[in-house]
Amino acid sequence: MRPEWTDFTSGVWEREINVRDFIQKNYTPYDGDDAFLAGPTQNTKDLWAQVMDLSKQEREKGGVLDMDTKIISTITSHGPGYLDKDKETIVGFQTDKPFKRSLQPYGGIRMAMKACQDNGYEVDPEIVEFFTTHRKTHNAGVFDAYTPEMRACRSSHIITGLPDAYGRGRIIGDYRRVALYGIDRLIEDKTEQKNTTRTIMYSDVIRNREELSEQLRALQDLKKLGEIYGYDLSKPATNVKEAIQWTYFGYLAAVKEQNGAAMSLGRTSTFIDIYAERDLKNGTFTEEEIQEFVDHFIMKLRLVKFARTPEYNALFSGDPTWVTESIGGVGIDGRHMVTKMSFRYLHTLTNLGTAPEPNLTVLWSTRLPENFKRFCAKTSIESSSVQYENDDLMRVTHGDDYAIACCVSSMRLGKEMQFFGARANLAKCLLYAINGGVDEITKKQVGPKYRPITSEYLDYDEVMEKYKDMMQWLARVYVNTLNIIHYMHDKYCYERLQMALHDKEVTRWFATGIAGLSVVADSLSAIKYAKVRTIRDENGIVVDYEVEGDFPKYGNDDDRVDMIASDLVHTFMNYVKGNHTYRGGKPTTSILTITSNVVYGKNTGSTPDGRKGGEPFAPGANPMHTRDSHGAVSSLASVSKLPFRDAQDGISNTFSIIPNALGKEDAVFAGDLEVDLDLKK
Amino acid sequence: MTGQIHSIESFGTVDGPGVRMVVFTKGCPMRCLYCHNPDTWETKGGTEMTTDEILEQYARNAQFYRHGGITVTGGEPMLQMDFVTELFEKAHKKGIHTCLDTSGIVFRPDSPHIVEKTDKLLAVTDLVMLDIKHIDPQEHQKLTANPNAGILAFARHMDEKQVPVWIRHVVVPGITDNPDYLYQLGRFIGTLSNVKALDVLPYHDMGKSKYKELGIPYPLEDVQPLPKEKATEAKQVILSGVRDERAAAENKSV
Repeated sequence: MRPEWTDFTSGVWEREINVRDFIQKNYTPYDGDDAFLAGPTQNTKDLWAQVMDLSKQEREKGGVLDMDTKIISTITSHGPGYLDKDKETIVGFQTDKPFKRSLQPYGGIRMAMKACQDNGYEVDPEIVEFFTTHRKTHNAGVFDAYTPEMRACRSSHIITGLPDAYGRGRIIGDYRRVALYGIDRLIEDKTEQKNTTRTIMYSDVIRNREELSEQLRALQDLKKLGEIYGYDLSKPATNVKEAIQWTYFGYLAAVKEQNGAAMSLGRTSTFIDIYAERDLKNGTFTEEEIQEFVDHFIMKLRLVKFARTPEYNALFSGDPTWVTESIGGVGIDGRHMVTKMSFRYLHTLTNLGTAPEPNLTVLWSTRLPENFKRFCAKTSIESSSVQYENDDLMRVTHGDDYAIACCVSSMRLGKEMQFFGARANLAKCLLYAINGGVDEITKKQVGPKYRPITSEYLDYDEVMEKYKDMMQWLARVYVNTLNIIHYMHDKYCYERLQMALHDKEVTRWFATGIAGLSVVADSLSAIKYAKVRTIRDENGIVVDYEVEGDFPKYGNDDDRVDMIASDLVHTFMNYVKGNHTYRGGKPTTSILTITSNVVYGKNTGSTPDGRKGGEPFAPGANPMHTRDSHGAVSSLASVSKLPFRDAQDGISNTFSIIPNALGKEDAVFAGDLEVDLDLKK
Repeated sequence: MTGQIHSIESFGTVDGPGVRMVVFTKGCPMRCLYCHNPDTWETKGGTEMTTDEILEQYARNAQFYRHGGITVTGGEPMLQMDFVTELFEKAHKKGIHTCLDTSGIVFRPDSPHIVEKTDKLLAVTDLVMLDIKHIDPQEHQKLTANPNAGILAFARHMDEKQVPVWIRHVVVPGITDNPDYLYQLGRFIGTLSNVKALDVLPYHDMGKSKYKELGIPYPLEDVQPLPKEKATEAKQVILSGVRDERAAAENKSV
């Protein structure tokens, strides 16, 4: 066994790249409570005060403190950057100093220029010239291949949020590999992969060999990144501090080269805990020191920043990076995977104060230990910053070493990746079905010229038949648009480092998405159970609807409409599956427009459910605002009927509740329901 | 059997332990000045539902109620005693925790018929939340347009039967916040051995809009909502009464 691995339990992981096996053979489940946790050190407090000060300066400057305009960001483009070198235990920034946003033109030079301009900076003219005349970007490639129909769909917003001008993100490198194996071993493995590709040079084999070469180069660069900060990443990490640092360098290299829509971290806590347990046992580090490493690591993740445009931020309601870290869950052997490190990660919300990033996500199972559940509840109450996802549901398809990318997209680490696909606006599609492909806002013929509905009152069967035809068309143009996007992204903006931290054979999820589900469900229910009258403009195009009578509304646990919603997801997914997908991608879909529902609503005319043109959609799979009148359980019950099988990329339901509506006292809130008559005092 | 139902809240968190399905029945003889559900006063109207329909809805979402159960409140649920009894009997057979939120106004200690019916209901009730509006008979009459003798008798009756009870009390500025009354209430509670919790609620005026909708003048127009801390103080006064009563009883028995 290698000296760095002393005291670890042997397994297949020694002979092949297999982090899961290492974790399963070595981790220590923790059933205790949070009493062991350490507070922030003075250094941590000082560093965080410095960050708060910089954040303030950034806000005062209008949202961006500093930007690169000359240096194109690569893994090795910048010298070391620090907050305070002497105080930081975990180091590394995207550029040569904190809060300075890097220049990443490979996704699209225009987006990079605009991001600079909107924040008062100008990209160096030579760089602009180079990326417009000499080196093509992803964005330019996509627009070379788009058909007029795709362009029309894009500008009418029936397909929206496409990653055709920015990084697609959603790919999680297995950054833990850097710590467990060291880069030399990873290079050895990748070299062997390259040496064993098929030998007849079909285009996919050529692409494969070229990509492996890129991956190898990225790994060499990662080693250099370590050297820039004075670390030798060629060998495995020897203790918990190094394990965190090595893992972070892997992640840092990724965000230095990819300004992706979501740049998630993976599932690192239980992995890191194995090193912490060993160090605690050997007396290498104290609990306080280990918590300090974790605090500094999380601090770094909070400072990941990208150059983005105001429009981008409007679409996503803020400046999200989606550094999602998945915590907890249960193993397929039945042992829960909560470790002390799971506590330490969540504890950063107390030590550093609350923050939306990294997006700490608890993989929730009914079988998590009671103490951890209580700790989660407590941390949630104090910070409002913990995300929960259903491990019992996802473990069935993804096993016990998956992680969440962005907010809900699950993938096995190092074995699966995703082609992010934004979403199709199913509400607008319904309007196209009624108007024969004419856009209700621009009045242009965007969809196919199918026969429109001419009657005054809408007939359910007629609408459904036309709607299915229109959905089939939409699925086709949507999937084909995505095919172009992912082809070009692979070609001009390849995620070489992230893919270097994947296996040779990778499953590619071809993600699609749905917007406006509850609008359509309610619209179809209105057509079926009430009377919907069309209001037409001078050219006979339906521009508004009048609903006469009441109808069942999605969000009230009423099967009459809930089944419409459920069938809709299934039907659309079937149409998606009917298309060819790039690189053998396996189609999935999601229902999760958590923030962009406002923008989608703005671009969609009045709908037959009574929603007026421009009004927001409900977020994700939520029922429409104020239409769920039977309380939260009924509302959740409606959402839970949606078939996960058809929407494996995730179903989200945004649920806000005032604390008082969850119970009376903090004690009750956290689950202590036995309120005894207090007579002791 | 069917009941007149005002509405069902599928996610009740403040009416008994855990997450509960809360059934609001129609009809109430009380006219509490601070009532925040005036739309449940009338017996007529609402939706007619069978006990099976309610339990079917419960069963569909039973997962949410694993640590909770079903609570019937109102209105005054004991006005529809046979219906609630049947509902709770069926619920009990399925192992569902049952909770009755009542003012106790329907109870008549001198009516064997009502006592018998009440006992049948209590036999399948896991927890009663008894709302004592006022301890003083005259003040109770003023506040609720009803006497409190039957209510206090109901509390004692449940003590005899050892039915677990949570006492609820709303503190209204100028009406129930007098420390003497609070203390008296405590002394009364102290005589009971079946009380598991004391829930002291600050008065709020969130029912106001319902009065407007119903075209009824809001009786407490000039009363400000009570801050939470004041309710905590009131709770301490009540508890001191409970302690003194228990201490006195102990001394007597020594």
